[in-house]
Amino acid sequence: MTETSETPASKKAPSTMERLLDSDIFHAFLRSKVTIMAAAGTLILFLLAFLSPWIAPHDPFDLASLDVMNSYMPPAWIEGADPAFLLGTDDQGRDILSAIFYGMRISLIVGFCSVIFAALVGIGLGLIAGYMGGRIDALIMRVADVQLTFPAILIALLIDGAARGLFGSLDREVFSFWILIFSLSLSFWVQYARTVRGSTMVEKNKEYVQAARVIGIPSWIIMLRHILPNVTGPVMVIATINLALAIVTEATLSFLGVGMPITQPSLGTLISVGNDYLYSGEWWMAIFPGVALALLVLCVNLLGDWLRDALNPKLR
Amino acid sequence: MSVLEIQDLRVDFPSRKSTFTAVDGVNLTLEAGKILGVVGESGAGKSTVGNAVIGLLQEPGFIASGEVRLHGQTINTLSEADKRKLRGRKIGMIFQDPLTSLDPLQTIESQLVETIVTHLPLSSREAQKRAVELLDSVGIPDPEARIKQYPHQFSGGMRQRVVIALALCAEPELVIADEPTTALDVSIQAQILELMKKLCTERNVAMLVITHDMGVIAEITDHVAVMYHGKLVEYGETAQVLGAPTHEYTKSLISAVPRPDIRVERFPSVNYIEASEKPTRNIDISTHWLGQSRDYAKISGPLLKVNDLQMKFETKGSIFASRREYFHAVKKVSFDIQEGETFGLVGESGSGKSTIARLITGLYTASGGSIMFGDTELTSLKNPRQVLAMRRQMQMIFQDPFSSLNARMRVRDIVAEPIKFHKLASSGSEVRQIVSDLLDHVGLGTAAGEKFPHEFSGGQRQRISIARALATRPRFLICDEPTSALDVSIQAQILNLLKDLQQELGLTMLFISHDLAVIRQMCTRVGVMRHGELCEVSQCEALFDAPQHEYTKDLLSLMPSMDLLSRADL
Repeated sequence: MTETSETPASKKAPSTMERLLDSDIFHAFLRSKVTIMAAAGTLILFLLAFLSPWIAPHDPFDLASLDVMNSYMPPAWIEGADPAFLLGTDDQGRDILSAIFYGMRISLIVGFCSVIFAALVGIGLGLIAGYMGGRIDALIMRVADVQLTFPAILIALLIDGAARGLFGSLDREVFSFWILIFSLSLSFWVQYARTVRGSTMVEKNKEYVQAARVIGIPSWIIMLRHILPNVTGPVMVIATINLALAIVTEATLSFLGVGMPITQPSLGTLISVGNDYLYSGEWWMAIFPGVALALLVLCVNLLGDWLRDALNPKLR
Repeated sequence: MSVLEIQDLRVDFPSRKSTFTAVDGVNLTLEAGKILGVVGESGAGKSTVGNAVIGLLQEPGFIASGEVRLHGQTINTLSEADKRKLRGRKIGMIFQDPLTSLDPLQTIESQLVETIVTHLPLSSREAQKRAVELLDSVGIPDPEARIKQYPHQFSGGMRQRVVIALALCAEPELVIADEPTTALDVSIQAQILELMKKLCTERNVAMLVITHDMGVIAEITDHVAVMYHGKLVEYGETAQVLGAPTHEYTKSLISAVPRPDIRVERFPSVNYIEASEKPTRNIDISTHWLGQSRDYAKISGPLLKVNDLQMKFETKGSIFASRREYFHAVKKVSFDIQEGETFGLVGESGSGKSTIARLITGLYTASGGSIMFGDTELTSLKNPRQVLAMRRQMQMIFQDPFSSLNARMRVRDIVAEPIKFHKLASSGSEVRQIVSDLLDHVGLGTAAGEKFPHEFSGGQRQRISIARALATRPRFLICDEPTSALDVSIQAQILNLLKDLQQELGLTMLFISHDLAVIRQMCTRVGVMRHGELCEVSQCEALFDAPQHEYTKDLLSLMPSMDLLSRADL
């Protein structure tokens, strides 16, 4: 039993915003408390991270404001603390809270950039493989299969190591950022490629693609204009979940010392630094960046999970 | 006492925004040994009536008011456990698709015996014996041997016989058949209908047949109920209702059914169902862009000439050519189409008709033979510019209106794409003007351009497809089952539209359909296809009046008779 959808042709077409507010996805969102909290959490953390130069209580990169006398301060509620440093300070006398804000910003930028690059590469190759088929498909997908046999972190380490060997003499501070993004994107593109290839193979046999071919439209326009918008649903889901994964992988690499340098600390770098002092009593230096990382990843992941369920017609 | 009584039945489907009443105030009664047909178009609520009777309403639907009585006992208020006892025991069900309504992992025997043992106090040995008898009675040859087989070893028609046997297992008093023959080819449909009618009389079972097909109604039912938008609009003896309909909707529905026995120029008064917008401006096609600068070379002889066309699909690949296996979808087919005529291709599923359409448009590459379009040989065309020029001259309308439009594009962009791509208009404003004229002309109204395809019904989408196909100003239009996914009244509207456009623009058409009655209404000449071969080509009227080939004769004799249907308005 299907409801007849006979909208009179004279009715005014709703705008994109009205469409979104009236959509099933938006209503599913309003019904899930966990998702609303996750979305709110994500939004707050993003704001804290990207507004850090204006809202952080101290500037941890301003050497003039640092004072070694302030080093190893415990969090504000513990005896002997300076209330100016809410979550305490590190070995250089930097404010942990501010360092977390700035660190989160770097983690997020690296995460977003690597997700975008990975998605571009993966979607492009997946579209070509799925639409062309045959040998091109076999070649691309075998490369992807081989890469899948290695853990993502191992590939990132390999690329990172190789790049450092090649560009070791160059300015490390600028380059480690781009090397990190490059190695993370290269380890995550496979998922996009496989998903997009699968959806493309379904879409290319639909009659709207055949209609476009009958009109005479060349393959690359069909891929970009007709197929791509119809396969973006699953890509959005992977991208959201991958953002969390990229942040964690970046943190792991930084923790291992091959990611962001100590002069531009990400959350992973902060944890790594704090780790050295974990057993000497200065626990706050590792724990608070760790909690921030966990919260950030949790919120993004919950959002991604919900998006996956909301876009999955089988679970509706 | 009647077997089934439905009184004031109302079924509601609450949703986020509103409550949708699928069935409203339906009253029906059904006697033992009789067949009651419920007919209506998609969304009329006919399947919901059947599901409400058997207690299998889809979530979130529920019976809001009214009663369903089986032998006087109210059954819609029973508990779930009691309802389950009724299902199969007292009420049997025959589903639409025999390919999915049997468990593929169990033998026919275990499925039948399971059902019998559940409902009747029989030992498994007795149940086996009964199962064999049942298969025998539904006309399955050699039932002792075939009962040990799995569903995939049966053909579609044979499976539907098994499904019928399954429904009859526990000697139910009522059988509900929901579109029992819709998934079957016409030759098998005739056998199944005959079987259903025979079983109904022999076993004194009451049968509720739900269908959209007037042919099925005319063929087997004793009484018929016509539904429209959830309401019962007409109810009575089949001969009475079909022969002299009183309600306007029934009249319009009956007049929209394509008849195999007569050819009509246009389907009359079919605007009851889906109001198509009348073109607001009357466009004079000959001076409009659509009719202008059709700078096609004049050709002598046929517009399209297909010679020994072959197509084989690889079914088993191998690096050695000798080991490869092929399925021959099209075997040495030859025909030609004259300019301005409508050439029909008719045949059952898998006969290769759609493959021919895809070969002509270049979606598939032929394995052999030639396709001449005017003086150009299409199969050897390599130069991309020539290919584009050819593509512009021939367009195609597809079967499924739900997948043939890109869901992410606005309608105006869909229609504008071919115009822009082939650079047929000089400016953006001219493109917009042409698109709105086109949408207006196919009966959608100019405002439709701003919307997305999902906001339209199947018939409206097919109009968008037609507008898109016309946007390259083609001279040759291929229609691949353009109406088989549509309701009969909407089919009539679309067929009318295609006829009008053909006359206005002087189009040549290749019209592919499995439905002989539709072919008769549309075509000048017809080719009958079977297993990839062309059996017979002849003038349309001659084919129906005096078929030459045995297969054509068979096909024609198997069509449900429409003699009962009123001929008023035709």
